[in-house]
Amino acid sequence: MLHELLFSSSKKMEDCLAKKMEITVSEAEKRTGRNAVNMQETYTAYLIETRAIESQSEGQCAPVDSLWRRYSEFELLRNYLSVTYPHIVVPPLPEKRADFVWHKLSADNMDPDFVERRRIGLENFLLRVASHPVLCQDKIFYSFLTQEGGWKEMVNETGFQLKADSRLKALNATFRVKNPDKRFTELKHYSDELQSVISHLLRVRARVADRLYGVYKVHGNYGRVFSEWSAIEKEMGDGLQSAGHHMDVYAASIDDILEEEEHYADQLKEYLFYAEALRAVCRKHELMQYDLEMAAQDLTSKKQQCEELATGTVRTFSLKGMTSKLFGQENPEQREAKIKVLEEQIQEGEEQLKSKNLEGRDFVKSAWADIERFKEQKNHDLKEALISYAVMQISMCKKGIQVWTNAKECFSKM
Amino acid sequence: TPVDTSSPASSSSLLNRLQLDDDLDGETRDLFVTVDDPKKHVCTMETYITYRVTTKTTRAEFDLPEYSVRRRYQDFDWLRNKLEESQPTHLIPPLPEKFVVKGVVDRFSEEFVETRRKALDKFLKRITDHPVLSFNEHFNVFLTAKDLNAYKKQGMALLSKMGESVKYVTGGYKLRSRPLEFAAIGEYLDTFSLKLGTIDRIAQRIIKEQLEYLVELREYGPVYSTWGGLEVELSEPLEGVSACIGNCCTALEELSEDMTEDFLPVLREYILYSESMKNVLKKRDQVQAEYEAKLEAVALKKEDRPKVPTDVEKCQDRVECFNADLKADMERWQNNKRQDFRQLLMGMADKNIQYYEKCLTAWESIIPLLQDKPETK
Repeated sequence: MLHELLFSSSKKMEDCLAKKMEITVSEAEKRTGRNAVNMQETYTAYLIETRAIESQSEGQCAPVDSLWRRYSEFELLRNYLSVTYPHIVVPPLPEKRADFVWHKLSADNMDPDFVERRRIGLENFLLRVASHPVLCQDKIFYSFLTQEGGWKEMVNETGFQLKADSRLKALNATFRVKNPDKRFTELKHYSDELQSVISHLLRVRARVADRLYGVYKVHGNYGRVFSEWSAIEKEMGDGLQSAGHHMDVYAASIDDILEEEEHYADQLKEYLFYAEALRAVCRKHELMQYDLEMAAQDLTSKKQQCEELATGTVRTFSLKGMTSKLFGQENPEQREAKIKVLEEQIQEGEEQLKSKNLEGRDFVKSAWADIERFKEQKNHDLKEALISYAVMQISMCKKGIQVWTNAKECFSKM
Repeated sequence: TPVDTSSPASSSSLLNRLQLDDDLDGETRDLFVTVDDPKKHVCTMETYITYRVTTKTTRAEFDLPEYSVRRRYQDFDWLRNKLEESQPTHLIPPLPEKFVVKGVVDRFSEEFVETRRKALDKFLKRITDHPVLSFNEHFNVFLTAKDLNAYKKQGMALLSKMGESVKYVTGGYKLRSRPLEFAAIGEYLDTFSLKLGTIDRIAQRIIKEQLEYLVELREYGPVYSTWGGLEVELSEPLEGVSACIGNCCTALEELSEDMTEDFLPVLREYILYSESMKNVLKKRDQVQAEYEAKLEAVALKKEDRPKVPTDVEKCQDRVECFNADLKADMERWQNNKRQDFRQLLMGMADKNIQYYEKCLTAWESIIPLLQDKPETK
């Protein structure tokens, strides 16, 4: 099955779902319900709207379909995609809980600003999946967008959970694999370092935002004191009063500035989480490689056993060999039976090894293709993010110049 | 400092260079004083700074047209005390603070010395501007004497050429009520110094917040550089952002320094000025109280037509002179204050504009770098 999936990545971008269907997460709503243990809980539901993009026909628009999904369903979808397409760098979800907050931002999941940013993040996720050449063709994904009821059952029926590799197994493989592909080892290091540097950046950025907020807000105090001072002045009064007003404008301007910057932080966060997805692909490779190595090792040992039984020589130490030496060897019939069993196993093993090898090479090939696609996307997106950040800074500087120029004019009239 | 590019010989450019106020109404200036060239002196007993005081004048009261002497803070302090003593009816400009907390402020740092020099220069210029104080004998000696210490030692033995030194009685008399116009001045000064104090605190708080912001920015910029080290295509853009943030840090540092060195000291000077003015108001009250008390004493004498004795008349004169001097000085002070604050606040706005302009330049310059398409490798 993996084999089939790997070769479907040759489809062109034009066939992507994103080109055929408009997808938006347009609303968020607070709901109350009963959870799995029948306790009351509040959660947020998101409205997914879809509409077929048809060729223009007298301005007629296709009808909009919509359904509500909650965050846990998005999680389920992503888990399914990760397990089903382990060679793909699967787009990440926006964070579950508010992290890297600076003091004014709430860390509360129910906070309207957080919900709004999450809504945008979820829409972004769906668009990423819908524009991925492989992922967009998945039926479960399509149903997620279009089928209201019974979707959860449908996902669970695929039995994907059984295919999921256990964390322990993966960790074991990481430590014990002998010859992973060098490119994946390098990629693993890269994704670790990327995670580390982006986390650091986000943490400091939050502190920078905090301090900048403080600087702007204190200027608001000038507004009040200039106003009070102007009351006792004759000629200076008007100039002071109006300058004070500009100080208030300056102090208030930081709120919008920092809110816009949150969008930049979200773009960075997406790639922080993408680093984890990248890591997951590397882990899968290590697992497959380890599996392969174990199968090869097993095959080698069986071949050896077979040889020993056939020639009667013991080359390696084995308990069986020792016991047979001590208690006498088996009779020829027993030996023949054993050899036959081993020969069958060896043949099976060789076939398995062959297919594992093939699988491994195909995995590496298509994973690497998706990684290249991902790298290009990452470079493009992050460049855009940096440009928009620079544009934000330019806008902030221009606003600053404007306000202080206005204030200066008021002072000149004092 | 406003820079005038017209010919140095013209009096108007000279005026601009010396930052004198502009309400002269055609009065020809005949006395110019500057404080500059601070020098450190290391002696066995102490280390101190002297400043060069240069005088250019056409006044008859001066023997020479030009003088150049060296003075230290002590000498300025002496001058101020002498002026207060000899001209008690006038507002004497303040000096920068005498004492500085050891360990917190470096008395010999370039910034501190420059800040002090500017304040001392302003002090002398304000005296120079004053129609009465600028003719004061002690001021003359301060500007001209080679050995000021010798003159200081003579002290009380020297008789004033301006007339007998006026001694004022301190304490003992209580004023019933301050006349309305002086009460108004008193109230104004109270509110004024209160507001200035608030502004001082706000300005300090802003500087503090800016420095804390700077600390975070200093950590922020380099992280982009570290990231750049991990990347290939994004390496240059990320380095660019890192350098840009570094430039903004420098600009911010300059802003905070400017505010600390140029803005805060002037505020503090005016707070000191208000305090000394309130003292002069109190002295005026004393003089009026003395006059009223003596007048009352005469009225209580059981005579049909009490003749006003000469010493009571003198008191009346004193009150009237004091009131006139004070009113004139207050008007002068209000004008100077308006000019000074106009310049101070415009300067503050200017520094902030410059800061944002520097940052704007930095960010605008990296946009083309960020948008650059990489060459195919």
